[in-house]
This record gives sequence, structure tokens and C-alpha cells, in this order.
Amino acid sequence: YLHVALLFWQQVILCHCTLDDLRVDGRSCEDYRYVEVETDVVSNTSGSARVKLGHTDILVGIKAEIGRPKLDRPNKGCLEFFVDCSANATPEFEGRGGEELGTEIANALYRVYDNERSVDLKSLCITPMEHCWILYTDVLLLQCDGNLFDAISLAIKAALLTPSKIPKVQMMEDEEGTTEIELSDDPFDCVRLNTENVPCIVTLCKIGQRHVVDATLQEKACSVASLLVSVTSKGTITCVRKIGGGSLDPESIYEMIETGKRVGKALHAPLQDILNKEESLGKSREKVGFIG
Amino acid sequence: MAGIELLSDQGYRVDGRKPNELRKIQARMGVFSQADGSAYIEQGNTKALAVVYGPHEIRGSRSKSQHDRAIINCQYSMATFSTGERKRRPHGDRKSSEMTLHLKQTFEAAILTQLYPRSQIDIYVQILQADGGNYSACVNAATLAVVDAGIPLRDYVCACSAGFVEDTPLVDLSHLEESAGGTQLSLAVLPKAEHLALIEMDSRLHQDHLESMMDAATQACKDLYAVLDRVVRDHLQEVTTSIGE
Repeated sequence: YLHVALLFWQQVILCHCTLDDLRVDGRSCEDYRYVEVETDVVSNTSGSARVKLGHTDILVGIKAEIGRPKLDRPNKGCLEFFVDCSANATPEFEGRGGEELGTEIANALYRVYDNERSVDLKSLCITPMEHCWILYTDVLLLQCDGNLFDAISLAIKAALLTPSKIPKVQMMEDEEGTTEIELSDDPFDCVRLNTENVPCIVTLCKIGQRHVVDATLQEKACSVASLLVSVTSKGTITCVRKIGGGSLDPESIYEMIETGKRVGKALHAPLQDILNKEESLGKSREKVGFIG
Repeated sequence: MAGIELLSDQGYRVDGRKPNELRKIQARMGVFSQADGSAYIEQGNTKALAVVYGPHEIRGSRSKSQHDRAIINCQYSMATFSTGERKRRPHGDRKSSEMTLHLKQTFEAAILTQLYPRSQIDIYVQILQADGGNYSACVNAATLAVVDAGIPLRDYVCACSAGFVEDTPLVDLSHLEESAGGTQLSLAVLPKAEHLALIEMDSRLHQDHLESMMDAATQACKDLYAVLDRVVRDHLQEVTTSIGE
């Protein structure tokens, strides 16, 4: 039965996509679904955000902790990613079921974010070789309805962009020459991360002869393969990656990169607007969270 | 623990509550559309999500199947960012396994499992932010989610924790009160019949005080029942009006 249903959808989706610029839910090939973003939803994190993209529901929490810099980059801080595919999303993720998908997504996130070009890692360094801030970025998948990468990247960008509660630190040296880290007493005395170059991910799904952005689960099932493109607000491409089985011809990859660049660049401005609006409201903002 | 006065001379707790006062509760049912039932609850700063799938065919090995009733399958997990210090794993550690077992036992007592022979009901709970009373928040959220899924229950299951400070029982402990290291009692109650679905107490307490502590916790569970019932009725009202439109 499921197979038949899928075949039916496949036909419908293929027809629509190839014939005209219209998809099953009425969107054009370069349209996103309705997106909801809310920041600062979990109060004991340095930054957090919840993103709803269609039925896909993502919660990201970032915790800043002091640790040791990695050996290969002694004067930089780092980001650590962990993706928890919780059983909330689907019973298949119960126990260790979601681990494989979680690792795959986390690895892609390392490629996209954990480098000097995307995040200003130097500002996360406290003392070279000894202390740096490690941003533990934990992603929680609450509901999956396709296009996880884009939703996660929006949530990560939003969580990084919020006035992160990374306290200012000072190095104190006493007479014996031992150094001590002193955190600022004022909770509002925080460092704000430069997030100008933090990219957003756009996943393009190749369906028939065309490619679509923000594919739903059904569309994903009909696609041959997809291409992940990460784009900064200036339109610079920082990462390209093919995901899923199937192969793509170089010609279509160029086309997809071009679309990804255009769509990705346009994605940044509205996100920034939402975040600015939230910040300007400050404490008076009514927190919605999961209520309402 | 020295330093923190859990109950002031005037009879108020650290966060300004009276000994028998619950934290503010906000809840919502039907948070997710893909699951059969879902609910979200906030008790003070503790936030929990519960999702129910089923009743459905038994997944995995068929040997678990019971010919006369449904089996309840639970998973308790905590988001890695939910606690003050970051957790390394969301589930699978000893504490979460214990919680999973407690939840399973609690809901086996409450759900009318004999109505669904040879099937399975999944209850997944997730703590998004932990500030004491994780078990009770999970049970309360799961109750709402089970109701949302339309699975028949003997009664609501309401859970609450209680502590004992200076000869006074305190209900619905916050993280600060929990970590002060006194006696802690967790209670899950089927309020109408006043049956206990789960009772657990750690560290010692004089037997004379047990009754007053149990009474306080039971009363708190009944107060919670009133709140949960309100949530369910409001939700139903909302759903029926939206259908009527």
C-alpha cells in the first residue's frame, strides 16, 4: 500500500515539477515553507533557538564552556556539535536508532561551521595553548518533515546571533606566576560573537530534470540525490556537498549551486530582521516557546 | 548544607512560595502533528515534552507481545543542554534508564492496557530544561499526551515531589531545594481513587513525619489534577470550536 501511495506521489510530484514551476503544496521550485524562529527558549544555555519549517521542528542550545584549544589550532576556540535525533521525532530513533543520522548531520555541521571563515574562532581564544571557549552546539530534532539541514542551520545561526551569554574573562597572574581565570561579575558584561560570515545551508533536491529547495519528505523520496550548499549573507559559498545515494551530472550541479547561492543569500536578510526585532523588544518580548 | 535557609522564619521558601504551594504550571496539548499524541508542560523552570505513538503493532521481536494486554514502551531522555552543566548523553545512562523504568511502571498502572492485546504503546518524554521535579514533570506531560492520543486511562496520573525541612513538608521541590540534600519523596497518584502508581523516597525520615509528608504530596497531586483537567478541557473546547467552524 505504502509503495503504491509513493508511486502515486512520485508521478504527481514529477509531473508538476517538470511541467511547470508548481509543486504539490503550491510552492514554486525556489520557495521555502512557512518558517518560524524564536530565540532564547531555554534559559540555562548561552544561546538557544527553535525553528519550525513546515512540520520540521528543531531546537538548538549552545553552551559555552572553557576548555583547552585543539593542538592544530592553539590560538582559536572551537565549536562542538552533537545532534540528538530524539524518539519524539519518530519511534525509529528510539535507543541508538538515531545515532547514524545524528553523526552524519553533525559531521556536515563541522565542515560548515567549525572554521575560521564562518565563525570568528580567534575571539573565542582566552590564552593560546591553554584556555579557550568551546561552544557546545547541541541540536535536538523534535519532528522531521524533510529538509533538516536548512532548518538546523537557521536555528544554529539564530542561536549564535542572539546576544550570547559568553562572559568576559580576565587572566589574573599572582606572584608565583600561576594564572587564574576571572569571570566578570556583571552578568551583562558579555562578549558578542561576530556572526557576519555565519552561513546558512540550502539543500537542493534534484527531481526529474529540475531541482527544488526545501523538499518535503515526499519530495525527498522522489529525488535522485541532493546537494547541500552553504552560503554566507554576502553570497559566498563556503561548502558544497552531495548527500544521499544517486548521482548528479556536473551540468546540473552548476545550476544547483547557482540556485543555492541566490536562495541562500536571500535567506539571511529575513532571519536577521526577525532577530533584530526580537532583540529590540528585549525583556518585553512575550515568550511563546511551546505554549501557544 | 549550610548557607541556604530553605524555609524562612516567616514560613516562606527560597523562591517565595509557601510550603504547600506549587510552581506556576503552563501546559499545552497537541504540540506536534505527526505523533498520535503530544504535550508540553512547564512547571516553574522545568520544561518537558511528551510524545505518544500507538497503540500499534509490536515493533522488533514479537516475543515481547502479550496476548491479553498492550505493552508500554517508554524512553526518558534529557536534552544535553537542559542541565546547568552540559550532559554528554541525552539517554542511556543509569539515571535515565531508572527513570524510564519508573515511567513504564507508572503508566502500566494507569492505562487500560487490556483493551489493546498484542499491541504496543510508546511514550517518549524529553526534558528540555531541568530545574527540579523532572520525574513529576515527565509524568504530568505524559498523562496529557496519552489523553491527547485518545488512549483510555483509569484516571489521570499526577506526580509531585515533596521534601521535609524544619518539621514542615515542602511540595514541588525546585533544583535548589533538591540539591540541598534532604529527604525527597516522589509520588504519582491516581487522584480520584487516591491510588499510588509510584512512590519513591530517598534518604531517611522519622516514621512520625511520613504521614504528614505523604498527605502534603497527595494534596499537591490533587491540586495538579485540577490544573491538568483544566488544560484538557480547554484543549477540547478549542478543538471542538475549530471543528465547528
